[in-house]
Amino acid sequence: MKMTGAEAVVKALELEKVELIFGYPGGAVTHIYDALYGSNIHHVLVRNEQAAAHAANGYARVTGKVGVCISTSGPGATNMITGIATAYMDSIPMVAITGQVPLSMVGRDVFQEADITGATEPFTKYSYLVKDVNDIPRIFKEAFYLASTGRPGPVLIDIPKDIAMDTLNFEYPQQVKLRGYKPTYQGHPGQIKRMAKAILGSSRPVICIGGGAVSSNATEEIVKLAETIKAPVASTLMGIGAFPGDHELSLGFLGQHGVYAANRAVAEADLLILLGARMGDRATGKTQEFAQRAKVIHVDIDPAEIGKNIEVDIPIVGDIKTTLKEMLKKNLNRQDDGWLSKVKEWKSKVQGVGHCTQGLNPMEIIKTLSDMVPEDTILVTDVGQHQMWAARYYKTRKPRSFITSGGLGTMGYGLPAALGAKLGCRHKEVILIVGDGGLQMNLGELATIVQEKAEVKIMIFNNGYLGMVREIQQQLHGERYYQTAMKGNPDFVKLAHAYGIEAFRVEREEEILGNIRQLLEHKGPIIGEFVIDPNANVIPVSRREDDETRIGSVG
Amino acid sequence: MKHVLAVLVENHPGVLSKVSGLFSRRGFNIYSLAVCVTEDPSISRITIVVEGDEYTVEQVTKQLNKLIDVIKVSKIGHDSVTRELALIKVRADSENRHQIIQIINIFRAQIVDVARDYLIVEITGDSEKITALVDMLKDYDIKEMVRTGAIALDRGSKMIKYEDVDRGGYQNGCNVL
Repeated sequence: MKMTGAEAVVKALELEKVELIFGYPGGAVTHIYDALYGSNIHHVLVRNEQAAAHAANGYARVTGKVGVCISTSGPGATNMITGIATAYMDSIPMVAITGQVPLSMVGRDVFQEADITGATEPFTKYSYLVKDVNDIPRIFKEAFYLASTGRPGPVLIDIPKDIAMDTLNFEYPQQVKLRGYKPTYQGHPGQIKRMAKAILGSSRPVICIGGGAVSSNATEEIVKLAETIKAPVASTLMGIGAFPGDHELSLGFLGQHGVYAANRAVAEADLLILLGARMGDRATGKTQEFAQRAKVIHVDIDPAEIGKNIEVDIPIVGDIKTTLKEMLKKNLNRQDDGWLSKVKEWKSKVQGVGHCTQGLNPMEIIKTLSDMVPEDTILVTDVGQHQMWAARYYKTRKPRSFITSGGLGTMGYGLPAALGAKLGCRHKEVILIVGDGGLQMNLGELATIVQEKAEVKIMIFNNGYLGMVREIQQQLHGERYYQTAMKGNPDFVKLAHAYGIEAFRVEREEEILGNIRQLLEHKGPIIGEFVIDPNANVIPVSRREDDETRIGSVG
Repeated sequence: MKHVLAVLVENHPGVLSKVSGLFSRRGFNIYSLAVCVTEDPSISRITIVVEGDEYTVEQVTKQLNKLIDVIKVSKIGHDSVTRELALIKVRADSENRHQIIQIINIFRAQIVDVARDYLIVEITGDSEKITALVDMLKDYDIKEMVRTGAIALDRGSKMIKYEDVDRGGYQNGCNVL
């Protein structure tokens, strides 16, 4: 079929069953937008290209589909970089489309030209600069395949304007042929046998899940494995939700900001089974001290992650779900010898955020919320203290229901990601917890939420500070608070009203319950501003020397 | 310690920058690099000499393998032929030309250009041999020098080739690491 390059782009998106894309138009993509005009694909106009990428990210996480975002050349493309890097660090399947100046002008520093394939090289799984209109079908087929298979990640397609205007005979390929890309899904049978033997020989096994457990949809298998081998399950920030948070074997959030039970169990374990967790520095603390007593099994689809951060005894390259399915065929029945009762004891030790006198206690709010929401609620967070509190105290019960920027820690992620999540799952409750700092980073997206009638429930944890940095200044810089007080914050309730969003402010503890109920029952977007005590910390000062955050160095 | 890696890549524009970018980004040191198309015009072969311990080389190999355009990464061991090429322009007049030629003959290098006051010497060999010649010629005013990265082939029947999936070169599920 004869069509223009722009029409081919839209046709390819349709053939990839894309229903929703997030973007912002500009001079270099007008032809693609013109082709989109006649399509059934719903385009969400964001207020900044960065938000387009974050929204596509949120959409991809909750649906498991590939998120798509689009921007124009130059500043449009460079604005998107943060969103692309965020997706890369968290292995989120995404296709980012950017316009480019006409191919004949590339390299001459013309108006709104930026080398975006070059700029995003370090944080895309792959990128294309389309140089021939006839390549568009193949490139799109490959891009969606690359983004969604193996270890997922963002793929960028840069399309010069003259290529979009050129014509081609459209034929969509059935298959991709990439000889340099063959992800291994099936774990090696010999290694699986070794893993089974190690499990049977262990007396204090712990499972640790990461983002790979979510993207591989392996919840069912992980629950079965944990129950069969009687091992408690800790989770990295990215793994939250892949194992039900209310399960009796759930240890919760592991790492520098993790909870006591998870860190203690990992420290005492004699066998550590890592499932799709790359064991970043925030999860392990000092690697020399991490899980010293444990034999380590690491299952990951990306061989480069195995042995990168911590030493591994039994490496298995493979998809978590596929590999565990195979594993579960083996005899793994292990007798528990008091290990689980110890774990249960540790779980009862919950550390708070310190005594709150100058505002609300964030832990109380999150625990109240956690008890009240429907099971399949999607919780989106921004980055900072509130994110850690959510990871510590909120019980995520379903996979793909805890959406947060883990690897890159991108402030400003929350609001657009919540928008994308809601548009991906309109039937589910989507709640955003965001700080007063992070909200203002992509504040403009409140308009997008109104525009899309996205029923996002927003809880602003307002402590008037960039709390995480404030906490560092308090503990490591002798309370020399500098550039962390958010002076000039707006009246968030009035601000919400200006957008036509319902809003309320909560300042008294006894109002928390009623206001959360109001938040949940309200039809339409709503903002609740919770005035938090600025002294509330993730790691309470008085407990600094407690072993909680010293992962692996217990005993 | 130096390690020689042979990397088969898609012969696309931009691939070299992806490979070299990876090295700088992840803090690996490239000692030398040589690249050219292979007997299969769709595949280029990059020979990289990398400096580092076993951990580094394993990381380099894994990260290279992760690049979509990289088809195969192989380590070249001791049982191989490794060569570099250097062109050295030395000042040589009637007085010392003879001495220089003597040195060059010992190294089995060649003179590829002669002018009244200059010589261009061409030498191939492993890194040490070339360095040794350069050291000798330092006594005679080296004016200009270019040197390629190392290229290497395994000895005997061992070959680094891309084999198509359909012919069973790649077995899904048997990749331990």
